[in-house]
Amino acid sequence: MNRLFPSTSGAQGFAGVARMAVVVLVGAVVLAVASLLPESSPLHVSAFTVSLAGKYLSYAMLALAVDLVWGFAGILTLGHAAFFALGGYAMGMYLMREIGARGVYGNASLPDFMIFLSWTKLPWYWWGSGHFLWACLLVLAVPGVLAGVFGWLAFRSRVSGVYLSIMTQALTYALMLAFFQNGFGFGGNNGLTDFKDILGADLHSPVTRAVLLVITGVVLALALMLSRFVVAGRFGNLLVAVRDAESRTRFLGYRPEQVKLLIWVFSAMLAGVGGALYVTQVGIINPGEFAPANSIESVIWVAVGGRGTLSGAVLGAVLVNMGKTVFTAWLPEFWLYGLGLLFLVTTLFLPKGLWGCLNPPPVRRQKTSRPRFPARKEMRHECAKTSGNA
Amino acid sequence: MNAPKLLEMRDVSVTFDGFRAINGLSLTLAAGEMRAIVGPNGAGKTTMMDIITGKTRPDSGSVRFHGQDLTRLDEPAIARMGIGRKFQKPTVFEALSVRENLLLSLSGLRGPFSVLMARLSGKEQARVDHLLDMTRLGDFADHQAGGMSHGQKQWLEIGMLLGQEPELLLVDEPVAGMTDAETMATADLLREINRTRSVVVVEHDMDFVRALDVGVTVLHEGSVLAEGALDTVSADPRVIEVYLGR
Repeated sequence: MNRLFPSTSGAQGFAGVARMAVVVLVGAVVLAVASLLPESSPLHVSAFTVSLAGKYLSYAMLALAVDLVWGFAGILTLGHAAFFALGGYAMGMYLMREIGARGVYGNASLPDFMIFLSWTKLPWYWWGSGHFLWACLLVLAVPGVLAGVFGWLAFRSRVSGVYLSIMTQALTYALMLAFFQNGFGFGGNNGLTDFKDILGADLHSPVTRAVLLVITGVVLALALMLSRFVVAGRFGNLLVAVRDAESRTRFLGYRPEQVKLLIWVFSAMLAGVGGALYVTQVGIINPGEFAPANSIESVIWVAVGGRGTLSGAVLGAVLVNMGKTVFTAWLPEFWLYGLGLLFLVTTLFLPKGLWGCLNPPPVRRQKTSRPRFPARKEMRHECAKTSGNA
Repeated sequence: MNAPKLLEMRDVSVTFDGFRAINGLSLTLAAGEMRAIVGPNGAGKTTMMDIITGKTRPDSGSVRFHGQDLTRLDEPAIARMGIGRKFQKPTVFEALSVRENLLLSLSGLRGPFSVLMARLSGKEQARVDHLLDMTRLGDFADHQAGGMSHGQKQWLEIGMLLGQEPELLLVDEPVAGMTDAETMATADLLREINRTRSVVVVEHDMDFVRALDVGVTVLHEGSVLAEGALDTVSADPRVIEVYLGR
């Protein structure tokens, strides 16, 4: 496989990322089609499997977002699930309004939990939530604006390293506490759930689920290629430069805070899209998604799959979550130990992650022959001078 | 000597935790000039560069470049005005190739969006090739910068400095750790650069300073002790005292 598609520039080479995008697409389509086969068919897959696959691919979007900032810009985010959850809530608001009068209280304009709180009208921030396109805008805008404000403040003040990581944890923790409040207007600890349909299509019908899975696959594949575009060119080089020698880039005239802000906001938006796809297929979004442990888990997916490889993030997210599904059904109380062990083993024995193992970077010439300093050879004009004598 | 002033430091002082690193320093550099700054350890040479490039803000005094005050600007703004800096310890982007290092240094695109959308132009390609040629790194263009020898990194950094197309280059101990041949080649390179740009070189290596054959400023305890040709300055009894001890 590697020889057929040699990667051009290391682990995040075009061929590698394109291959992963194709795998994601084909996988999603095959599962979606198989779920529509009659149940008697041996190739039939259950609705449960389809929604699991959708969940994995949504998490893969989050992992991709984490890899962009951690793998390429060196920002160890421990709060990225916040952006994921915000995207999920933005889509969840629309799905809540789609329920309409079919809720328990039969109120066409207010979601059930608001009636339960004796509210009489929608809070202002639910404005537009009945429109799908508005929801899509919010999915990008809410995580984007929050990341923009947070990043601008943090990067401008030159907060970095472990301090920034702690701040991202605090951010997601604060959001979790806020969303747990009933009065905050997002359903308190129950979150948003009981969705009925999306754009008029029944969310419980196999066809809708199959289509949602395919859409998730398409969006993830596009996100992979877009991310590859961002990190492959000169901007990617600049990210690496900022990651490895931030102050040096300043003396070249770059403003590293702007560079970091751009990738940070882009990454938050990707995470938000992942959350929106997640909520349509999992059917619930609640404040638990903001739990700091979720963000840390997403960092582990990336570490396991291979930091700074894009494809590895997707691979890690899918494999670890598959492991989690199996493991938590089998030995639920040991899952966290298993995850911790996995993280240790990867860090110790697979520093480049699974993807790095599967796709070793091309051997560089300098490893075999160390270059000599050219100035040790005679200088050019001296060569010119002496060449007559030789 | 009627060349217009390019850089003018007037009465600059800066104190770190009570230690006066720069003490009433005044220094003027004409456009097109190359100047060597020498002085014992702790004389304030690197701090002086920090002040010019915006890394350190002086407590008092003014620093003017083309008449514009630099003390209120930050590092990127000063770099964009045309002041480039080479550090004592070569600082290149080790994970990137030599070519990618040079490409990032090229003057022009600096905003994140414009860098994102940038595609390599033929003109940029030519500029990078020229820099590779000038720094004799052509054979190593696609090697990772981290794998280069110390001397090669120094030259790569000088190449990056030239890529910025600064009017003024500040070069901090460019020949530290170089062999004699490399040192002399570097002196040639700096003289070549000085044909079109102004240069300030901080250096301990007296053979190197002699090879540069330029005006010398001796710093001592944060201010100028002596200024002039190397032979004049090195005959100055105060300079001898500072260097050799009493």
